[in-house]
Amino acid sequence: MTTIAPPVVRTKGSSSSSGGRSGSGSVTWMALPAFVWFVLFGIIPLFGVLFLSFTTWNGIGDIEVTGLTSWKAALQDPGLPHALWVTFVIMALSWLVQTPMSILLGTFLATSKRYRELLAVLYFIPLLLSSAAIAITFKALLDPNFGLGAGLGIDALNQDWLGNSTLAIATLIFIVSWQFIPFHTLIYQGAVRQIPTSMYEASQIDGASRMRQFFSITLPQLKYTIITSSTLMVVGSLLFFDLIYLLTGGGPGDSTRTLALEMYQKGFQANLMGPASAIAVILVLVGLVLSLLFRRLGGRADESQLEGV
Amino acid sequence: MSTITERTPATTVTGTPGPRAKKSRFRGYNWFGGSLSWLWLFVVMLPIYWIVITSFKTQDTYFVTNPLAPPTDLTFENYKAVIEADFVRYFFNSVVITVGAVVPAVVVSFMAGYAIVRGAANRTIKAMNWIFLTGLAIPLQAVIIPVYLIIIKLKLYDTLLAIILPSIAFAIPLSVIVLSNFIRDVPKELFESMRMDGASEWGTMWRLAFPLARPALVTVTIYSALNIWNGFLLPLVLTQSPDQRAIPLALANFQGQFGINVPAIAASVTLTTVPIVILYAIGRRQLLSGLTAGFGK
Repeated sequence: MTTIAPPVVRTKGSSSSSGGRSGSGSVTWMALPAFVWFVLFGIIPLFGVLFLSFTTWNGIGDIEVTGLTSWKAALQDPGLPHALWVTFVIMALSWLVQTPMSILLGTFLATSKRYRELLAVLYFIPLLLSSAAIAITFKALLDPNFGLGAGLGIDALNQDWLGNSTLAIATLIFIVSWQFIPFHTLIYQGAVRQIPTSMYEASQIDGASRMRQFFSITLPQLKYTIITSSTLMVVGSLLFFDLIYLLTGGGPGDSTRTLALEMYQKGFQANLMGPASAIAVILVLVGLVLSLLFRRLGGRADESQLEGV
Repeated sequence: MSTITERTPATTVTGTPGPRAKKSRFRGYNWFGGSLSWLWLFVVMLPIYWIVITSFKTQDTYFVTNPLAPPTDLTFENYKAVIEADFVRYFFNSVVITVGAVVPAVVVSFMAGYAIVRGAANRTIKAMNWIFLTGLAIPLQAVIIPVYLIIIKLKLYDTLLAIILPSIAFAIPLSVIVLSNFIRDVPKELFESMRMDGASEWGTMWRLAFPLARPALVTVTIYSALNIWNGFLLPLVLTQSPDQRAIPLALANFQGQFGINVPAIAASVTLTTVPIVILYAIGRRQLLSGLTAGFGK
């Protein structure tokens, strides 16, 4: 091998001096399969939905380009502002519940070596379950006649959790928190562990209380993590579909009908693909505006990119 | 209890030196944080506990016993009912969909990730990388109508392939990014020495980068598999007949079919979750590190 090696090196070396670009050119095609696939089923549909919002289509027959007809229909429907409102209520409330809880739990886990491993394993379970499984579990659990409340005979637990408009929103927020607080707790836990020990030592010498340390060191140091986690929560909440669809179907009435649900029902149940596409475009725009807003806050593009998670 | 250097699952994939957690600041226990964590653990575990014990109760005992008490006599009747309700077929469908989507998605993502690192100076590659990064922000829900249209045009409606094709696409962006970030950390000298040995890029990719990227490959495989296995919207919109039903959709149907037979519903939920729990047990570390990678800064 050693005798043959030198000439190989030389030829390779000489070709690479002129072939630096051809070297990288030869890898371009390796990216092509992934790229083409993603363009086909990701990028083209993104433009497709914009196109379809200017058409009339019932989902089966021919697609007719009808200008602004579908947009007018979508925007004049009182269901749209209502769905936007419900979406924002769920977004805001679920953020308000999840963020403080996740920060507190994350901070505790980060400093408690003894239980961290065990808690991390168990906390993660809800994230493994499908939204369908979670929805069905809670639907059975909360059933006013056959659920936990009825079985235990505790009246306070025996409410029509999903049958009352206000309660249904509250229940939904609870289930969303149940599903996602563990994930955000783990993010915060990782972040808290990155805060330099010296900061705490210094403040301890100054006699700062634990509370004081939390508000003066931990919280300010978590700024970027809070932005990342909030981006994920807020943009993610736009897309709750499976859970709400199976849990309440948007009901009772239309009290939990979010934008994503409104789009699905318009498109695949009422067969109005044009207006449904218009709603989908609005959904994309709202998501885009929100993630840009958060990116502004954080000013760190690399992190806000992860909203798809 | 001085410094904690032990790696937890939340450390990054790239294996940066273990962040040193702060010293325990007070001798006293953080009662507030502690009670909150255990309380939340109770909240998290209660529904899971309930669904598992309920799945082993008979319908008669379910209505008369304390719902939180473990079953006095275990029954497998509920599981039998679920399996007789064509569970095996749905399970098989989900396996086909998941394997059929994850394997190609991970392979093409790995190739793209490799190309992004090796062709970093190339404009075409840069543009593709930008598309992948931006693509992360495209929500499946928002493009489901055109995807439905494409599937109809391809005459694939109501087939498993209809679910597989878009699933591959939506697994790609994150996989490419995680994998390219990982391959970027491979020392340049290794690529150089492969080149000296006369290896082609193709050979270098499979013989050098692929084995080295194993941890990241495991992460993206598990993460994509989890998403696709649990996916509900694509099966809901793109399939119709019971023959092509995937597990999450089957669950929704079991719920209607079993009605007030809560133990049978509980058995169906438990049964569909078992494969994920097994997967989690196998790849927990990689999954957690992959999910939280890059967040810890």
